[in-house]
Amino acid sequence: MRIHFIQTVLLAAILATTAAHGAADAAPDKLGKSTADHSKFKELNRTFDSGPEVTKACLSCHTEAAKQIHQTQHWKWEFINPDTKQVLGKKHIVNNFCTSVKTNEAACNSCHIGYGWKDDKFDFNSEENVDCLVCHDATGKYRKPSGFAGLPVTKDTEFPAGSGKIVRGINLTEIAQKVGPTKRTTCGACHFNGGGGDGVKHGDLDSSLEAPNKDLDVHMDVDGNNFSCATCHKTDVHQVPGSRYAPTAKDKNPAHLRGKDNKYNPATCQSCHGQAPHQQAKLNDHTNKLACQTCHIPAYARGGQPTKMWWDWSTAGKLDKDGKPYTEKDDDGYDSYMSIKGNFVWKENVQPEYVWFNGTVHYTLVGDKIEKTDKPTQINRFEGSATDGKSMIWPIKMFRGKQIYDPINKSLVITHLAGNDDTAFWKNLDWEKAVTMGMAKANTNFSGKFDFIETESAWPITHMVAPKEKAVACVECHTSNGRLEKIDGIYMPGRGSDHARWLEIIGWLAAALTLLGVAGHGLIRVIASQRNR
Amino acid sequence: MTRVYLFKPFERFWHWSQAVLIISMLVTGFEVHGSYTLLGFAQAVSYHTIAAWSLVGLWIFAIFWHLTTGEWRHYIPTTQNIVAIARYYSSGIFRDEPHPFRPSLNNKHNPLQRLTYLAVLTLLSPLLWVTGGLYLFYGNWTALGLGGLSLQWVATGHTLGAFLMLAFLISHLYLATTGHKLTSQLMAMVTGWEDLGHASK
Repeated sequence: MRIHFIQTVLLAAILATTAAHGAADAAPDKLGKSTADHSKFKELNRTFDSGPEVTKACLSCHTEAAKQIHQTQHWKWEFINPDTKQVLGKKHIVNNFCTSVKTNEAACNSCHIGYGWKDDKFDFNSEENVDCLVCHDATGKYRKPSGFAGLPVTKDTEFPAGSGKIVRGINLTEIAQKVGPTKRTTCGACHFNGGGGDGVKHGDLDSSLEAPNKDLDVHMDVDGNNFSCATCHKTDVHQVPGSRYAPTAKDKNPAHLRGKDNKYNPATCQSCHGQAPHQQAKLNDHTNKLACQTCHIPAYARGGQPTKMWWDWSTAGKLDKDGKPYTEKDDDGYDSYMSIKGNFVWKENVQPEYVWFNGTVHYTLVGDKIEKTDKPTQINRFEGSATDGKSMIWPIKMFRGKQIYDPINKSLVITHLAGNDDTAFWKNLDWEKAVTMGMAKANTNFSGKFDFIETESAWPITHMVAPKEKAVACVECHTSNGRLEKIDGIYMPGRGSDHARWLEIIGWLAAALTLLGVAGHGLIRVIASQRNR
Repeated sequence: MTRVYLFKPFERFWHWSQAVLIISMLVTGFEVHGSYTLLGFAQAVSYHTIAAWSLVGLWIFAIFWHLTTGEWRHYIPTTQNIVAIARYYSSGIFRDEPHPFRPSLNNKHNPLQRLTYLAVLTLLSPLLWVTGGLYLFYGNWTALGLGGLSLQWVATGHTLGAFLMLAFLISHLYLATTGHKLTSQLMAMVTGWEDLGHASK
């Protein structure tokens, strides 16, 4: 009886403890972190036939949201560099991936945070065309398929018309009722797929960052810090800091509290870690010349997803024996040739190249004179030097390739690639028509002649920060022919090219002569002592 | 056999610990310089730094000892008999002539030694200390008002010092064999007593 009683008490105690634990853990899950449950809002308890309808509902409470968005680079796709005055942004630049947005809006602008930007008549003052869901979707079900100018598809639709391929419609009500803060997957839906596919463009941004482990990204580690993009890219009035059009190359400010100080870029390493983050003083000595990324990102494309390193448009247009466009794959199953795009080289675990960088980037825009020489044309040029006092040594991905240009006007060109029309290159593989159309739409002179020119574009490497144990080891730079062999203007212990040659010769010669001298002296002593005996 | 007591316990301790530290700094220093790979760059830097600070500590004791005991007088330079000493090393030594200099507790070093050690202590060591110290405190140059310094020159000066120290070490090791017997001077630095052989005073 007594034993039974003790057992009962014990059991009750265990149950009570478990229940208490359960309750403590379960409470936030059940309540959620937000103070608003959007599924309870009557504005959202309805059917939505289009994106703009959802936005109107959002704006009925979040009255100022669209006005904030209208001020952002995410919306305008335009950035005027305050130093160089160059008019940049996706809307204007030509890169060496899919080259340009202009005349390809319906395809490219599935990554615009708006609805319906299909040509140059898009209304940038429209509030209802702001796409709230693409950033705030919490279900992972939201899609903006390529070809629909950024609009989601709500009913099953055949696309392209007559192709027999069906784009499935999505349920906007469910998505609208579950909106939340941005996540790695929402930002990643576009930023992981820059250049037209997973990992293509940046090298340090790809789908492996949706749920990275510690080795891949010490901050985003799902079992550790579990940062979202916005933890560093701390957003204020919908302005996301950290654009690479005018990056902070050298942050000499102390660490500052998130949200407390709006003066400085919160996306830099220093904004949290300060200027002397290492316990070892010698390591802190490096922070005056090296971007943190240089040591702490030993390689990019480390998550299993390769990135494109080379894209040769000049080979595009070949047909198979049946006269049809075709695709070839490399050993890992990635496209190495596509009739519509040319040849690619993909790479994983790529060691960055290193440059002096002061934060100013110069772009080669349509109309800027370019010359075909042995040196590739620079799509963008990172300005910097050892002596300007503003530069740090930065890791970059240098993306190289060949692309079409106008050899008479000596200019990059706008190419009409995507579209279901006769002039689109991806439809008819006719360069002349595609460029003529692109240049006409851009209101720019085209000589009618085209050729291919080798180009390169630089991309700062700043994501995929490894844990400190995996940082670049000292000797990888402090050696001859190391990672920083090409960096000029500094003295690096261990790098042979920095040695004063006269001192090396005289020094070793002096040591050798001393050795020879004492050896000779000793030898004479030995011989003399035997003779004296 | 004449034996003479020359080196007191602290002096011997100073000599040998300094020897170990300087040799390890040469070995690690030239690795940091990039001349070869032995311990690995990071390890070499770390040992080099530890040895440097140890040597600083040792020198504080050594300077105090030299000043308080008056032992610094052994490094006062003199040219007396210097020609005779030089002649001994260039010819007399081969003819088994007796060393013209007889060390004693009051006069431990011959004139050539005095000059060499004085140069090592007052010219070579300061060159290495100053450039090495600047190397160690590279991160504080601006704060110390030394922002205009060039690491290239500091490093070149430090390397020059290292080569000179290497040349000194080679000749020092050899000259240590030129006592009465090959090991006489070595034993003097181990036991304090040097065997000067049978030669008369």
